[in-house]
Amino acid sequence: MTSIHASFLSVGYGKRPVVDNISLDMQPGELLVLIGTNGSGKSTLLKTLAGLINPMHGEVTLLGSTPGQLPTQVAYLPQHPVSSHTLPLCVQDVVAMGRFAHLGLFKRSTDADRQIVLESMKRTGIDSQANDPIRDLSGGQQQRTHLAQVLARQAEVLLLDEPTAGLDLNGRKAVADLIATERARGVTVVLATHELADAESADLVMLLAQRVVSLGAPVEALRDEYLRECFGFTQPH
Amino acid sequence: MRLALFGGILVACTCAIAGTFVVLRGLAFVGDALAHGVLPGIATAMLLGFSGILGAAVGAAVMMGGVSIVTRKFRLSGDTAIGLLFVGMLALGVMITSRSTSFVGDLARILFGELLGITSTDLAWQFIALVIVGLIAFVGRRPFLLLSVDDGLARTSGFSARLFHNVMLTMVAITVIASFQTVGTLLVLGMLIAPAATGSLFARRIESMMLIAALVGSLSTYIGLLLSYHYDLAAGASIVLTAVVIFAVSATANEIRKSRGHDHHDHEHPHIHGEIHV
Repeated sequence: MTSIHASFLSVGYGKRPVVDNISLDMQPGELLVLIGTNGSGKSTLLKTLAGLINPMHGEVTLLGSTPGQLPTQVAYLPQHPVSSHTLPLCVQDVVAMGRFAHLGLFKRSTDADRQIVLESMKRTGIDSQANDPIRDLSGGQQQRTHLAQVLARQAEVLLLDEPTAGLDLNGRKAVADLIATERARGVTVVLATHELADAESADLVMLLAQRVVSLGAPVEALRDEYLRECFGFTQPH
Repeated sequence: MRLALFGGILVACTCAIAGTFVVLRGLAFVGDALAHGVLPGIATAMLLGFSGILGAAVGAAVMMGGVSIVTRKFRLSGDTAIGLLFVGMLALGVMITSRSTSFVGDLARILFGELLGITSTDLAWQFIALVIVGLIAFVGRRPFLLLSVDDGLARTSGFSARLFHNVMLTMVAITVIASFQTVGTLLVLGMLIAPAATGSLFARRIESMMLIAALVGSLSTYIGLLLSYHYDLAAGASIVLTAVVIFAVSATANEIRKSRGHDHHDHEHPHIHGEIHV
């Protein structure tokens, strides 16, 4: 089954379209990297795929369903996850919230749920701070916590909006490894980023500038004329 | 006096549960508006000889519905809609009360409560309210927690943000209705916020925040009643002021403790030493 399908999709807020005419098909295990400047439409597209805003025109499905219909199978990491200073939550509690989609209102958590939470914390390297209040952590540590929460969902589609924001080099490498591991087990990943380097391992790259500048394999989508149109410069050869 | 203490403790426990989510979700203004929104309902019920609780319930329902309609239909920000209805309902309540022959006494009773006049029937209602609020919080604990972080997180986790926001408001409304007789509509916000805010200073889990809030609220009730008895002060105001003073002292002590670096203890043990709660 196609993981993500979009045809002539327009995304935007209210009556104002941000990006028009998006058409793509993604298979399980594929990585799509969205690249563009601020306001180019990356986050708007991800929010549409996550079901947080309605598509304006066109058709879009994730795993055969409309966005927002499969919370256990689609996980979304927003650009700036909220880490409220008033929330009395420790890291493991925040990560455990990733299981709520599976548990609903009434199901009791099992040892398997707790094991998934623990594994997710280990995978993002935040397990050593499992009992620390999230409000006392650095921005990078909070980002690792939110990433662990997304992994704890054990979804088939990951929608990641700048997951490496605030992370150091080790953190960025860890995220790249995580994405590779998820893809290896058939998870489809859509990643929004400013970093051209993130596109190296992608199956598909979409350059956005309030419209689709290019879409295709990295070597095709990142051609100089497209980069110049998108950013006003080209990458050094 | 014993009935007053029991009533105060029941209110403190109810407010601890609802207040925790009011503090976490940032609903203080909505809570304040709901507290004042019940005023015309209570005043009308008193004038017509009905139960004040019934009137408060109708007032709260009108307030909640009004906020929802004004926010969605007139494209006003939430705080503007709430502010408009808040003052409108307050003014309406005062106007209705002014038709009463004992205007000042009735208004003071609604606004500031009459804890010392509490009856065993009132206690029974407060206990029922505590059970209902506890059940709502237990059933809705997961979406409430997600909403406290972010509406989007709740929605992408499969919970309707609007539905559970309204359920949360209903829980706050029930708390207000159950508490107005004890501390009054003007001061109930203090019992909703001050103990829960104190809990948020020290707690690492929602459950412990509620427990601390319930203890602080109950202690405030006890101290407030003592002050009221010995110095002939208004009971409701004494309780709420005590809760606010406890928060101020706790917050100051917490800051001093942090500045002295005594809170580094946990960072010295970076291993998982508690059971993972999901």
